[in-house]
This record gives sequence, structure tokens and C-alpha cells, in this order.
Amino acid sequence: MIAIHAEGLTKQYRIEARREKYATLRDTLVNTMSAPIKRLRAHSNGAHDNVVYALKDVSFEVKHGEVLGIIGRNGAGKSTLLKILSSITEPTAGYVDVYGRVGSLLEVGTGFHPELSGRENIYLNGAILGMRRAEIDRKFDEIVAFSEIEPFIETPVKHYSSGMYMRLAFAVAAHLEPEILIVDEVLAVGDAAFQQKCLGKMDDVAQKGRTVLFVSHNMTAMQTLCQRVMLLEKGRVVEDGDATTVIQRYLQSDARQGEMIFDDETVRTGGKTARFTAIRLMDEEGRPVSSVPMGKGLIVEMQFMSERRLSSPNFSVRLHSPLIGDIAAWRTQETHGAMPPVHSGGTVSLHIDDLNLMPGMYYLTLSLSDGNEQLDFIDTAVGFEITPWPIYSTGKLPSARRSIIFTRCSWQPAYT
Amino acid sequence: MDSLVTHTNESALSPAGLPYRRIQPSRGWVSLKLRELWVYRELLYFLVWRDVKVRYKQTVLGASWAIIQPFMTMVVFSLFFGRLAQIPSDGVPYPIFSYAALVPWTFFANGVSQSANSLVSSAHILKKVYFPRLSIPLATVLAGGVDFVLAFVVLLGMMLFYGIMPTVNVIWLPLLVLLAFVTALGAGLWLAAMNVRFRDVRYIVPFLIQFWMFATPIAYPSTLIENPTLRALYGLNPMTGVVEGFRWALLNTDTAPGPTIFISALASVLLLISGAFYFRRMEKSFADVV
Repeated sequence: MIAIHAEGLTKQYRIEARREKYATLRDTLVNTMSAPIKRLRAHSNGAHDNVVYALKDVSFEVKHGEVLGIIGRNGAGKSTLLKILSSITEPTAGYVDVYGRVGSLLEVGTGFHPELSGRENIYLNGAILGMRRAEIDRKFDEIVAFSEIEPFIETPVKHYSSGMYMRLAFAVAAHLEPEILIVDEVLAVGDAAFQQKCLGKMDDVAQKGRTVLFVSHNMTAMQTLCQRVMLLEKGRVVEDGDATTVIQRYLQSDARQGEMIFDDETVRTGGKTARFTAIRLMDEEGRPVSSVPMGKGLIVEMQFMSERRLSSPNFSVRLHSPLIGDIAAWRTQETHGAMPPVHSGGTVSLHIDDLNLMPGMYYLTLSLSDGNEQLDFIDTAVGFEITPWPIYSTGKLPSARRSIIFTRCSWQPAYT
Repeated sequence: MDSLVTHTNESALSPAGLPYRRIQPSRGWVSLKLRELWVYRELLYFLVWRDVKVRYKQTVLGASWAIIQPFMTMVVFSLFFGRLAQIPSDGVPYPIFSYAALVPWTFFANGVSQSANSLVSSAHILKKVYFPRLSIPLATVLAGGVDFVLAFVVLLGMMLFYGIMPTVNVIWLPLLVLLAFVTALGAGLWLAAMNVRFRDVRYIVPFLIQFWMFATPIAYPSTLIENPTLRALYGLNPMTGVVEGFRWALLNTDTAPGPTIFISALASVLLLISGAFYFRRMEKSFADVV
């Protein structure tokens, strides 16, 4: 039985052409006067607009009770697809046939009002997500219990910690019971224990024979929840099939390897007065690399610039993997002590002596701050691969399924 | 099956008993989907309830603002128009003459300006969840009803103070309030939908309301206008009928709504229907543009 059937789905956006830079004061004045007319004209005929395809000719089918994962880089069209399926936006061409009621969770806490109490927000948010009042009444205790915020249920949510807020928001969302559930990256909330609970809940939903469409950057969650994964690239479906295969292909095809230049196009938080400009990975001999054999060292060289003097600069590199999560973090304030003041920029290198990691793809996230003030932050700035290496005298590798790290070791038999 | 996570209007049942619908590009004018709005009535209730609850949170004076706003305007009008300019007031004391008009007017003016901004200020919801978009401006105008009731109670108090008894015509009052509501919602729908695309609307609304206020006999009686053609045109403004009707029903002034009120009611219904269709037509681009 089919739950969703999409045929030739296309969504195009018009990006208004960037306005030319004003040259003189006279131009500026003339342009200011004529801009409203030009803009009105642009709205009516769209002549100066660039057309961008968020989705292009996407066709697929989801069976009832299937859990489909959708992966792809930022801007690949995942969110647009989910928005079309949840009727938030219309496709430009093509159609989708949907069999069953659709509930969508594109963001937890949509419509939460900070001034209202936890109790009031459960009702408001529930209604916005499409629950009836009687249904909320019935599930109320369950929602409160799931969120673990019972003592604060009458407190305005603006006094909640972000963790409490997220837990409450997810608890409401998790109690939606449509035939088709559309979920976008909502599992990335709360602490590890709560995330585990959320995953459990999602699994329950899937077990009950509901259809789930699931977007996430968390590949572990993807692999646990989905049998089938669809990979989007630049608005098209490039792969669709067995979860493990598609995820592996995606991780290997990721281009961010070895060396990266950061410019205006880089997705970052901050980067105004001081920013990273490039990163290069090198082996112990200083040769640029994009992969490191198990147990070998790695040099991370970061180039940065600053428009002002930084009296107590702190650099931080975090190592993570989509399958494991966070693994290690090296912060200068903890692992080195005070760094010399920065005048206008330069490079800073982090020497990691041994990476006792199992083969696979790993990523680094960078951050630069001055004292407590964060100046630049680039999530998943660069990726590299750890390749198999005969680390033990047997020439064999430890089982990847049972380990995330390895250590050098020796066995000493002392039998009687 | 008590969840309403579906869009029943376009749906039919599939062979397996599940609601079926097709999502595809819409062309031109689309239906108002009033049935869907009805299905989502509980959401409408919660949106109104939220607006009412939140409106005066973290203000020192709280709900008394609903009264202070028209009351202070009345005080200012009484001083400048009543005392200094000696504007006639249909034979009742000027303060109650202007306040009786300011009560429905404030409901109308707040309804228009708040609904005009309602979509833009709910942008985060528009981008994340689907429900009939019409419920947002509708809830905003409805929530103003609470303020209206509070200000109306003060009006009753003032009538007691001046010893004025309402007439039997008070039975027409609900219809006059409805007329103000329909006009406010009609204008609000037009402005809210335009505001999504052209943020200029935000700057136009205060002027629009100011002009509209002077085109309505709030600070002065309509008898000041003598030119018959001008008077007929004047009747097209639905708020004229509302304001004069309020004075007629409550203060027993000689301003009984004449046949022009049918024309202004018609004008206001047309404004609402055209506004609703324009809103629905623009709706598909809300989430992309807002």
C-alpha cells in the first residue's frame, strides 16, 4: 500500500538579482528615486530575477509503514521537499499524492510563547501542530511525564533552561499521531539521555506501522531508524536504496577533505572582526593529506585574520563523526594555556600526536574567541579519513562494530 | 481519529479508508476553503486565547490599557474639540459623545493595524506548520473583542454618570459591532497579505487609520457636513454608520442610520470577500516570501 507518491516535483525560487553598486552620490539619488518603481516592475515580470531550483524533477514512492531517511548537504533540497509534503509551500511543477493524514515536525516548539506557562504552551503548540483539544487533554499527563518538567509546568517558559524548553517542545511533538509523520532534524536536542529517549519514541512510531520521513545530519540515528535512505544533491535524487550503502556513499563523496579555504560563502557563526581564512591538514612530516593511517599523528594548521587586537585569543578544535558524535576537543585554554596576543592574524597549528581512531570519516569544527567572546565558529570545517593500518603484530584489525577507538596493548600469559 | 492533521477540504477517502489528497501547483483564484477553517476552529480558539492572554503581559497597568487608550483620547478630544473649538455634539455632553464613538473605533483601528502585521509577526509559524492561514488575522481581530468589552463597560459607567438611559434601539448594537468587525477584517486581510510582500504596508497603516478616523464622525457630528453629494459619499464609509448608530442606540441622538447603512454594509461585505480572495491567492507564496 502506498503512502506517498511524488512525480516530477520541482520547486523554483526567484532570487532577485543583486543590485549594482552605486558609484556616485548622483547615481545613489537617482537609484533611490527609481528603485521602488524598478522593484515593482521586477515583481510583476521577474525579468531581472535569477531562477534557482531547490528541487528538480524529484519522483519517489513511499510505502505505508516505511521509514524513509533523506540525507544531503545543506541546500540539497531536503527541507524544501518536506515543506511541500507538509503543504507549507507549493511545488512549481509536478505533484504528490498523499494517502493519510500528515503531521509535520519541521521544528520543535513552533508557536511556543515565552510568556505562557508550560501547561498553556502544551495546548497552544498541540493545537498548532494539529491536535484537537480532547486529544491534548487525554495525552496531557503523558506529555508532561515525557518532558520531565512536572514541577515547572505552571512557570512561564521564558524562565526555562534551553534544555527544559526543548524537552517540553519535543514531548508535545512526539505525541502527534498522524499516519504520515514528517520530521526534520528535531532529534538534535537535549542531552544524550534525552536524545536516546527521543530515538526510542521515533522507533515506537515506526513500529506502530506509521510512515515516517526523516531528515537528519545524525547518521547514527539515520542508520538505526531507517531501512531506506534517499540522497539528494542540488535538488535531485542521486541515490535511493539500502540505508547503510547510501550513507557510506554520501560520507565518502563529501568533498570537504584535507584542505579548505574559508571565504564569504562559508557557513559560519560570527566571522565579523576576526575569522578563519583556511585550514590545512598535514601528516607528521608536514605533507598535506586528506587521510591518516590509524594511530599516526596529524597537524591541523589554521590560517586566520583579525581586524583588531585580541588580547587573550583562544583557539579550539573539536573532533566528531556523524556516526559517533563528539569525540574529542582541544582548547588552547585547557591544553596549552595563554596564547600570545593577536595583532592582525597569522597561522596556528595543532599537533595531535596519535589518533587512536577506527577507520572512517571524521570532521573538525573550529572556533576562535577572545576571552569569553566567540568571534568565529565554523561547524564541520574540514573532513578527513582514517585508513586501516596494521597496528597489531597480527596484521588484523579490531572489529569496527565493537569499537570506536583502539589502544596499543600487550597480553602477558602467566598460566600455571 | 480525532486528530485534525489533514486538510479535509480537498480530501477524499482512498480505497483503504485513508484520506487522500493531491498536492500540486494552484493556478489563479482559489477557493476560500471555509470548511477547512471550520475544521480548524479549535486552533482559532487557541490563537484568540493566546492573543488575549499575552497582550498585556509584563505591562504594569495590564488590561487597563484597553480602557486608557480610548479614554485618554476622549479627554484630549474633549479639551481641544469640545472646549476650545466648541464643536457641537448632537445635544449630548461632548465627552460621552466622543467616547461612545471611540469605543467601536478603537476596536476597529486596533483590529486593522494588528491584523495587518499578524502574518509578518507569525513568520516563524508560517514557515514551519500548515494550517488555514486565514485563522491568523481572524484571531487577531477577534481577540480585540475583549478590549472592546472592557471599554464598553466604562461607556456604561459614563452613561450612568451623565444619567443617560439607552434606548430600545440598543438591540441593533450587535449588528453594528458586526459591521465594524467585518470592515476591520476586510481591510486587515488586504493589508496582511500585501504586507508579506511589501513591507511598506507597515508604514502606510498608521496614516491610513489616521485618515480614516478623520473621515469618520468621531470628534465631530456628521451634521457639520452639509453638501448632499459629500454626505452620500460619506455614508460609504461603514464606520460612519457604526459610530452614529452607537450614539443613536445608546445616547438617543438624532442620528438613526438611514438607508445609506445598507450601502456601507454592502461596501464592507465586498471589502471582506475581496480581501479573503486576495489573501487566499497570495497565500501560496507566504512561506517563501515572508
